[in-house]
Amino acid sequence: MINIIREPLIFEISSPGKTGVRLPALDVPEKLDVLEGLTVREDIEGFPEVSETEVTRHFTRLSQMNYCVDFGFYPLGSCTMKYNPKLNEKIAGMSSLAGVHPLAPEKLAQGNLELMKTLEKLLCEITGMDAITLQPAAGAHGELTGMMLIRAYHQARGNPRKYVLIPDSAHGTNPSSAHICGYVVKEIKSSEKGTISLEDLAREMTEEVAALMVTNPNTLGVFESDICQIAEIVHAKGGFVYMDGANLNALAGVTRPGDMKVDVLHLNLHKTFSTPHGGGGPGSGPVAVRKMLEPYLPVPVIEEKDGQYHLNYNRPKSIGRVKSFHGHFLVMLKALAYILALGPAGIREMTEIAVLNSNYIRKSLEGIYHLKYDSPTLHECVFSDKFQKDFGVSNLDISKRLLDYGLHPPTMSFPLIVHGALMIEPTETESRRDLDLFIEAMKAIDREARENPELLRTAPHITYVRRLDEVQAARNPVLKWEKK
Amino acid sequence: MSYIPISDQDKKEMLARIGVESVEDLFRCIPENIRLKGLLNLPGPLSEPEVIEYFEERGRKNTFDRYLSFLGGGAYDHYIPAVVDYLSSRGEFVSPYTPYQPEVSQGTLQVIFEFQTLICQLTGLDIANASLYDGATGAAEAVLMANRVKNKKRLLVASSIHPEYRQVIYTYTRNLGLEVVEIPYDGLGRVDQKGLESALNSHTSVLLCQSPNYFGVVEDLKTLSDLAHSHEALLAVVISEPLSLGLLEAPGKLGADIVTGEAQSFGLPLGYGGPYLGFMACKKDFVRQLPGRIAGQTVDAEGRRGFVLTLSTREQHIRREKATSNICTNQAHCALRATIYLETLGRQGLKKLAWLNLQKAAYALEKLTSIPGVRRKFGGPVFNEFVLEFPADWNRIKQKLEENGILGGLALGNDYQGLEKCALVTITEKHSRDRIDGYAEVLREVLK
Repeated sequence: MINIIREPLIFEISSPGKTGVRLPALDVPEKLDVLEGLTVREDIEGFPEVSETEVTRHFTRLSQMNYCVDFGFYPLGSCTMKYNPKLNEKIAGMSSLAGVHPLAPEKLAQGNLELMKTLEKLLCEITGMDAITLQPAAGAHGELTGMMLIRAYHQARGNPRKYVLIPDSAHGTNPSSAHICGYVVKEIKSSEKGTISLEDLAREMTEEVAALMVTNPNTLGVFESDICQIAEIVHAKGGFVYMDGANLNALAGVTRPGDMKVDVLHLNLHKTFSTPHGGGGPGSGPVAVRKMLEPYLPVPVIEEKDGQYHLNYNRPKSIGRVKSFHGHFLVMLKALAYILALGPAGIREMTEIAVLNSNYIRKSLEGIYHLKYDSPTLHECVFSDKFQKDFGVSNLDISKRLLDYGLHPPTMSFPLIVHGALMIEPTETESRRDLDLFIEAMKAIDREARENPELLRTAPHITYVRRLDEVQAARNPVLKWEKK
Repeated sequence: MSYIPISDQDKKEMLARIGVESVEDLFRCIPENIRLKGLLNLPGPLSEPEVIEYFEERGRKNTFDRYLSFLGGGAYDHYIPAVVDYLSSRGEFVSPYTPYQPEVSQGTLQVIFEFQTLICQLTGLDIANASLYDGATGAAEAVLMANRVKNKKRLLVASSIHPEYRQVIYTYTRNLGLEVVEIPYDGLGRVDQKGLESALNSHTSVLLCQSPNYFGVVEDLKTLSDLAHSHEALLAVVISEPLSLGLLEAPGKLGADIVTGEAQSFGLPLGYGGPYLGFMACKKDFVRQLPGRIAGQTVDAEGRRGFVLTLSTREQHIRREKATSNICTNQAHCALRATIYLETLGRQGLKKLAWLNLQKAAYALEKLTSIPGVRRKFGGPVFNEFVLEFPADWNRIKQKLEENGILGGLALGNDYQGLEKCALVTITEKHSRDRIDGYAEVLREVLK
């Protein structure tokens, strides 16, 4: 990462007359009467004018200010920041696949439809579910889609129901998605083990509850061991079990949500299935369902008949479309390449090593950092800053200090049920050396917290910018560049 | 093939430190009865060359690239400068997460800040977000946002909006007790003003229209905004071909309150439909209701400029069910590509490219309508797409064109009653004069 050159905004290095592109000349007669009836703009005020060299240096320098998985350990809990195989990028760039127009006649896109159908089948096998849609764009979009399916099912029986139950450890997207689907959210408190208590659930579960949204393993990394009883309680009142599949990297190849009697599940292809996060997307959030919800899946649905693939739009019970065209096709290709490369034993090994790595970190830091819940954990573990708080050091300070060690911090202050949380998910693609680097850095930071807390409170010290004033950013929003 | 860097020796030592005998012991928290007994029934593992071969084989089953295509309708085949692929494929852009640690994410954050600025400059509005999933969800988010701003349940949606965008609007609004009313189009292919006037009332939050619309026709935004505003409703505009903004007046300058759309045209491949790039801009009064991530400028501990994600009290991870939207992961990398694309073209390049598209489309329109039996369906002004009407059902003509290697346009009959003989034809800078002439020649033969 560079610290010497302060990279300006592109607008600040722009000068009139430059361009970075050589466009073809107009090869048809120019006509001015085509402007009739159009309100044409005088200019694009402030728009940059730079050469290709300047563009290249600008973005190369900007790139060097980013921490990334290709550079090092990135243990964001619940984000599954695993290595992104380079092969997958090559496949998504194949023009025979990526060059096809989304509204091309089906018979000219049989290869692409076959690939999508294949991914559907493999994801159904991995999850133990009956049917799936690949249309949703990301995890939260999948949640919304899944809740819409549930609502449509209840609606078809005369009552969409009113409530959705969500544990207090859930991702913020869960209550938000339920709300946008027209439901009132009822929060369920986690037990002292960090899991759902069957008594609490039984009390809250009525015939006005449409669904329970559960993350399994939950955001503490703790598996809901009572998941089958949970499903029974929900099903007994005619409700559905929605599972947030963000943490599937703890389960794939070992157990299947379908076998736990989960009814709806979204997957994050950009987590479990290795597609890159791209600095905040694009992701892909397929939604898998049990048979009885299949008629409600978004249109179109890919069907196979005699080796020919066909898009079926005629599905009267469908909730409709949730996105234009076919979803994030290029992301799907990467996920499919990943599954094919790993194979069944590879998928299982992926999960096993993810869980091994997480438990190795947990064991190595236990006693040094506070662990609120001592339940066994799978692919992630959640420590807190409770011990370091005595020295006036918070999880934020610890995180910022990690940056000085050249490491990315864990997820901070989530889940909300752990005050001062540090949520660590290493994934399976970290070597022991990288795990040890992190463990040693965390130990060193704990020592620093005792000996020189100021060093932490003023961290980071060696990054491109020092600690940034987020309060000022929100209080006095500057959201674009403006000409002085 | 394995992406796991843990050796058997590592594994042994790690298990010893954890204090368990085997990896299976770590899964004891999962009840025995739901643990898989064997392996999943999946193909593979495939070696790297085998994976490549697998996809190449499926690629050969796609025959789309053997055709000369005039398809558009929300997905455009524009030339992508080499620098866009090159720079955007850097691992420092591909492999980070959402910039939650701004001190080590200044690259991504500055790109978002520049993207927001470019979108504001193009749309003529005050504030833009970091991206949305695509044009269709952008359209849905726009009407939901207008509903939050105005708190009125009636939403007017032009029927000349992309059919898939309208379908997504229906899916999103169905469960929220909102009333969606479609406004018909007139003979020019524009929003029918009489229909609009009779639909506007004091319960209306918003008029959403598309410009250029699904027929390629550029709407009279000034008049529409005056009409909407006279009933205290907002005007929201969705744009599926934002290259048009290199030529046309910024919608914000014509009275639009919210502008959203699809920016696939800016450096993203057709990709069989995704990932694409939704964007949204609005007047600054509505900033607290804007969905999605927003980057803002601030200073660091030494007073130097830096960028952070801001105004997050609108968002799900803070507000949970009270958030403006449930969006979390969005299209950051697609926005990066668009930013590189737009900055490479720059002010001159974008204007010139828009001009090329306009002129070539005008040439194609004239050329194709000089063929007996082919007429321009709508009189309204167009940018790079237009609707043609043929003497017979389009599906029959389309078939014959396909036999001659041409994808002549998109059928409209499935989505619009009465347009069974019509097709939407799209021209970009990639259509040379020869190709346009070639289409005309084949069409003339086919219609004989």
